[in-house]
Amino acid sequence: MGLIPSSSAPSPVKEIANFGPISEEGWVTTRLDFLVNWGRANSLWPMPFGTACCAIEFMATAASKFDLARFGMERMGFSPRQADVLICAGRVPFKLAPVLRRIWQQMPQPKWAISMGACASTGGMFDTYAVVQGIDTIIPIDVYVPGCPPRPEALIYGIMMLQKKIMHEQMSSKTLRNEMQPDPRSQLYIPPDRIDELSEPFGNSVHQTRSAP
Amino acid sequence: MATKRTIEVELSTTGLDREGRPQRVPLVSEGGVAVALEAPPALEPDLGGEHMLINIGPQHPATHGVLRLVLELDGETVVRCIPHIGYLHCGFEKIGEYRQYNQIIPWTDREDYLNCIGNNIAFSLGAERLFGIEITPRCTVLRVIAMELSRIASHLVWMGTTGIDIGAYTPFLWSFQERENIYNLLEGWFGARLTTSGSRVGGMAADIPDKWLEGLQGFIRTFPKTLDECDRMLTKNAIWVGRTVGLGVMSPEEAMNYGLSGPMIRASGVAYDVRRDFPYLDYETYDFDVPVGNAGDVYDRYLVRMEEMRQSVRILEQAVKRLPDGPVNVDDARVILPPKHKATSEMESMIHHFKNVMEGPRPPIGETYVAVEAPKGEKGYYFVSDGTSKPARWRIRPPSFVNLSAIPRMVEGHLLSDVIAINASIDIVMGEIDR
Amino acid sequence: MSAPFTIYQPAGEQPSTPKNLPHKGGAANPSAAAIAAQFPGAVLRSHVMWGETTVFVEQSKLHDVVQWLHDDAAQCYEYLSDVTAVEYRDAAQPMEVVWHLRSIKHRRFLRLKVQLAKTEPLEVPSVWDIYKGADWLERETFDMFGIKFAGHPDLRRILLWESFQEGHPLRKDFPLRGRLSRAQQLTNALSANPEARYSMEELSIADAFEELPLDMRARLTGDSRTGE
Repeated sequence: MGLIPSSSAPSPVKEIANFGPISEEGWVTTRLDFLVNWGRANSLWPMPFGTACCAIEFMATAASKFDLARFGMERMGFSPRQADVLICAGRVPFKLAPVLRRIWQQMPQPKWAISMGACASTGGMFDTYAVVQGIDTIIPIDVYVPGCPPRPEALIYGIMMLQKKIMHEQMSSKTLRNEMQPDPRSQLYIPPDRIDELSEPFGNSVHQTRSAP
Repeated sequence: MATKRTIEVELSTTGLDREGRPQRVPLVSEGGVAVALEAPPALEPDLGGEHMLINIGPQHPATHGVLRLVLELDGETVVRCIPHIGYLHCGFEKIGEYRQYNQIIPWTDREDYLNCIGNNIAFSLGAERLFGIEITPRCTVLRVIAMELSRIASHLVWMGTTGIDIGAYTPFLWSFQERENIYNLLEGWFGARLTTSGSRVGGMAADIPDKWLEGLQGFIRTFPKTLDECDRMLTKNAIWVGRTVGLGVMSPEEAMNYGLSGPMIRASGVAYDVRRDFPYLDYETYDFDVPVGNAGDVYDRYLVRMEEMRQSVRILEQAVKRLPDGPVNVDDARVILPPKHKATSEMESMIHHFKNVMEGPRPPIGETYVAVEAPKGEKGYYFVSDGTSKPARWRIRPPSFVNLSAIPRMVEGHLLSDVIAINASIDIVMGEIDR
Repeated sequence: MSAPFTIYQPAGEQPSTPKNLPHKGGAANPSAAAIAAQFPGAVLRSHVMWGETTVFVEQSKLHDVVQWLHDDAAQCYEYLSDVTAVEYRDAAQPMEVVWHLRSIKHRRFLRLKVQLAKTEPLEVPSVWDIYKGADWLERETFDMFGIKFAGHPDLRRILLWESFQEGHPLRKDFPLRGRLSRAQQLTNALSANPEARYSMEELSIADAFEELPLDMRARLTGDSRTGE
């Protein structure tokens, strides 16, 4: 469920699989990729978009015991214009959806997003009229961190996964940095039926939407 | 409107003595150690310029979540403040009508997420009154311990984030260090750091594990030292005093009229504490003081919260001493499940377990409003039961929702930078405000 | 420290935790009888349940009753805890608006209720002029139930956005997951421009109008109120 603009574009996953110096010609760009990615991965500037409980665990992660600064995330940017990673910590209701979309659009390339917690990733326990069922219907997400809320260790693990992902990126790849222009009419990239399918309650949950005894 | 108020500050900084221990180093000579700071007159003379509109939030580090404030400014003075909330509205009260009583408890965690276990217990108290259940003596004391731990944890977050707002980063690190100790205790008891879901209708999810009380006693010993350090750093700090004194003053009459509660109303000089005035969990038998301010400004709210943490430690000490032995859960087959080994070996117990889980316990028809003293103020749960296993109405009375509704009154006439301090002093939690 | 406030304290002995409350009956709050004596015909009925006194007040008299409870020295209900509403699953039962009042001075708690038949317009008097704290509580009740509070200065949605079209969520005929499909809800939400969310009230500041960006002024004069 990514936000890939067109189906004809090559999948970035395939390129990762082919990563490596295939010939002597690519050697310089490969080394340059490594250098750039190494720099990017180890000095990520996070922008915590903390809405709910996960923000408290994020604060605990940033505080002295878990010390996020060890991962090059010393500088918290509360402005989206000076940030690399959007960490969406907490549930996102529909009222907040355009705000989140706007914040994502304001971030400069290269940018990544981490969805922290069950509510941000899937809507979690809030299967109600007010909550977005997974923020990947609004912005593209790189890493999902499960948990309600995730422990600081889990968030750190997610950040390390993101760093690994960044280490495998190629500057020559055209698809990675494709900025999507929002469609003025719908502003939706996932077909509506797909969103409905994703937001269906899962499991044996007839009791959950029944009010009377 | 601005109350003239002077507070003696120590003009000194932290240094080290010869052995390397921290020590206060005075910045002024013996002659004039204490300097009086006075709050600046809030309203500047009218210069007749045009007004400006400023938007703060919903994504702003100093709004403690997704609050949005629209301010009309005359120069740097706030003329009008229009708060917008609802950016975290998730439909808690609606979902409560679709869940059985014990199933709602995980939602109470996520509503005021700084005070998870306190909300669980408040919910259980309300549901128990609706069922007509009296909890056991051991459970009563355990709940007091959990609630006071939760109060300390919530006030610590307040101290840390307010410190960051006003420009002090160190209290954040120190308070989260202590919060980690509380997290460890809660994790040992309930298995979760933050969202504990630790109580049940008629008891607790679990009894405390062995040697847990020793850990708690260790916390009671070490925590006041950290609190003293923060106290030394902030209470007489010239910057802290200068940025908090005389801001957001609410008189006692106003505070009551606006429905403020918790440290907000007590800082305004109203000695209203639910623990004392409408007691629950036998709070009247504990020896603790209710700190009350008499200036009603941000500085008094800070002092009240600091003192409340000390009083919570006092209550914890007494609770540890009096903790009786005995069962934690009541002996009431309506709400308490049979033990696991019986449920898997006896037919009757299995049916009992199945019916309790699938159909849920049914309270008699009725309604009740139970309020507790949460860290933010009077937290109330209002239940209406129509005799089914799911409440017909589950209402949360959110203290910070009502407290925040007074912010237009508090910030008008103050400077833009003071809005941040006043907003921080309310101690808002958006999860609880928007629900 | 000059001009400190006088400390406001409750009077009387400190109460203790209520135990073994009866389901029905028990000692009633003396204010219930006082209201009945002061306002003949205003009290429809009153009962005590789990130790809490509930007084059913006639709709037209509610404001007078609350005003008297607030002002009278013997009652002294100076604190409004909560305003909310209840709708029952049984559609035949009327809706109820609930006021939770506290007297800090006398340590009393009183619940007032007004019943509203669903066939009539849902409207009750506002107590905003007595308790400023009722402002947001009444707005929330309006937002969630659609009950109007006559006399409230600024009755508009508070938690949901102004263009929320699906209705009032806490009504029993409102489904848990909303009336629209998820995709439709998301499209509606995303089509709102977050920067267009200044309300008319904010933008009506006359002095600021000339300074506003052109597009915002065009939107204001064009009567397209968006957002909340």
